[in-house]
Amino acid sequence: MSEREIVTDAVIVGAGPVGLFAVFELGLLDIKCHLIDILDKPGGQCAELYPEKPIYDIPAFPEISGQELTDNLLKQAEPFGPTYHYNQMVTEIEKQEDGSFVVKTDDNITFKCKVVVIAAGGGSFQPKRPPVEGIEEYENKSVFYAVRRMEEFRDHDIVIVGGGDSALDWTLNLAPLAKSLTLVHRRDSFRAHTDSVNKMRALVEEGKINFQLGQIGSLEGENGQLSAINIKSKEGETSLPASRLLPFFGLTMKLGPVADWGLNLHENLINVDTEKFATSEDGIFAIGDINYYPGKLKLILSGFHEAALMAQAAKKIIHPDAKVVFQYTTSSTSLQKKLGVK
Amino acid sequence: MRVYVTDHDGKEHELEAMEGWRVMEVIRDWGLPIKAECGGACACATCHVFVDPEWQDKLYPATDEEEDMLDTVPDVEDNSRLSCQILMSDELDGLKVSLAPSAKPEAEVA
Repeated sequence: MSEREIVTDAVIVGAGPVGLFAVFELGLLDIKCHLIDILDKPGGQCAELYPEKPIYDIPAFPEISGQELTDNLLKQAEPFGPTYHYNQMVTEIEKQEDGSFVVKTDDNITFKCKVVVIAAGGGSFQPKRPPVEGIEEYENKSVFYAVRRMEEFRDHDIVIVGGGDSALDWTLNLAPLAKSLTLVHRRDSFRAHTDSVNKMRALVEEGKINFQLGQIGSLEGENGQLSAINIKSKEGETSLPASRLLPFFGLTMKLGPVADWGLNLHENLINVDTEKFATSEDGIFAIGDINYYPGKLKLILSGFHEAALMAQAAKKIIHPDAKVVFQYTTSSTSLQKKLGVK
Repeated sequence: MRVYVTDHDGKEHELEAMEGWRVMEVIRDWGLPIKAECGGACACATCHVFVDPEWQDKLYPATDEEEDMLDTVPDVEDNSRLSCQILMSDELDGLKVSLAPSAKPEAEVA
C-alpha cells in the first residue's frame, strides 16, 4: 500500500458521469481536481452496470451508450488534466481549522484540498452478499468476495458460487492448488467466456473439480472458520465440506462511509440547497444521484446542471479574490485557451 | 388493474397499476422497499421478486438477458423474476408477487 499526500484544489468523490463533468465545469474556473473511485475504471453506473445499454435522455444525443458517454466526458475533461485514483474508497473527510479539508482513502492516500465534491451516485459498488444467516461472521476469515492472495486458498476445500467470469476464472486459477474445489451455480449454463466454461467442464470430466447445481442454503462452522456448506437444489439439500467460500454475484451499491461524514441526510441522500448544491458543511458539495432537494430527479442531466452551479460556488472558496465573470465557451478567448482550442 | 405484493414482513399490499408499467415501477412508486438500482435496464438484478406459482405460467418467459442477470441473484428460486421485466397488461390484472430479500434497499437492511 502506498502512503502519499496530495495537495489540490478540489477532491471529487466518484468518477461517474457527474463527477467527470464537474472536472470540466471546475476546470473552466481554474480549479484543479483529483477524483477518487472504488471501481477500477471511470464511468460509475454507466460503465459498471450498463456500458452497452443505450441512454436516450442526454441532451443532443438521441441515443448514446453508457460507455460512449463516459468516453466523451473523459475527453471533455482531458484539457484540465484531472488525476484519477481508482480501486479505493474515501473513508474520512476531516475539516481543518483553516476551513480546508483532509480526505483519506482506504489505500492510504491523503488529500489536502479546499473543496470536496461528493458525486458518489448510489454510493460505492461493493460485492453482493448472499442473504445467508450468519455469513458476516465468516467474512474475510473464510468467506471472501475477491481473491487477494492465492496462497490463502492453498490446500483448502473451496466452494465457488456463481456463473459469471469471476466465478469461472477463479475456479480455473484455484483448481491446481485446492484440496478440493466445487463450483456451485443455479443452472447448467454460464454467462462467462465459452473458453473458460469449456476448460471448467474438462476439469469436471477429469475428476479434478466438482460442479453442483444449486445455491447456498446455510453455513456451518465456528469462530469465523467454515467447515461445511449446505447446498439447496431441486433434489434437496446436500452438505459439502468447505473451509473457503467465494460467492461471486456481482456488485451492488452501498452508501458506505458517506453516512459517517457528519452531513445532514435525507434517507441515505445528502441534503443540499439548489443554488450552490452545498451540504450542511461549508466547502462540501454534493451533486448527482447522491443528493436530495425538493423536486430532485435522479437524471444524469440534472447532475450536469448541478455541477455547473456548484462550480461557481466552489470558485468563491478557492479563488476568493478572483472576480466571477460569467463567460460562454463559444465566445470567450480565455475559456477557449483553457480548453486548448485557441 | 391491480398487483398484489407481499412485503418482507409477509404483509400483502394491493397496488393500483397501469397498463404498460413495469411491476418494479409499480412497487417503487407506491413506496414499497425495492432497491431497483439500475432503474429498469435489466442490468442489476436488484428488483428481484418471487412470482406466485399460480401466475408463473401467465408471464412471458424470461429472456436470456434476464436469465443471465438472475445468475447474480444470491437467493434465486424457480419462481424468481426481475420485476422490471414484467410489463403490466390485462392478462396480468391480479398478479401476485413477493419481494425478495436480496432486493431490499440498504436502509431497510439495518
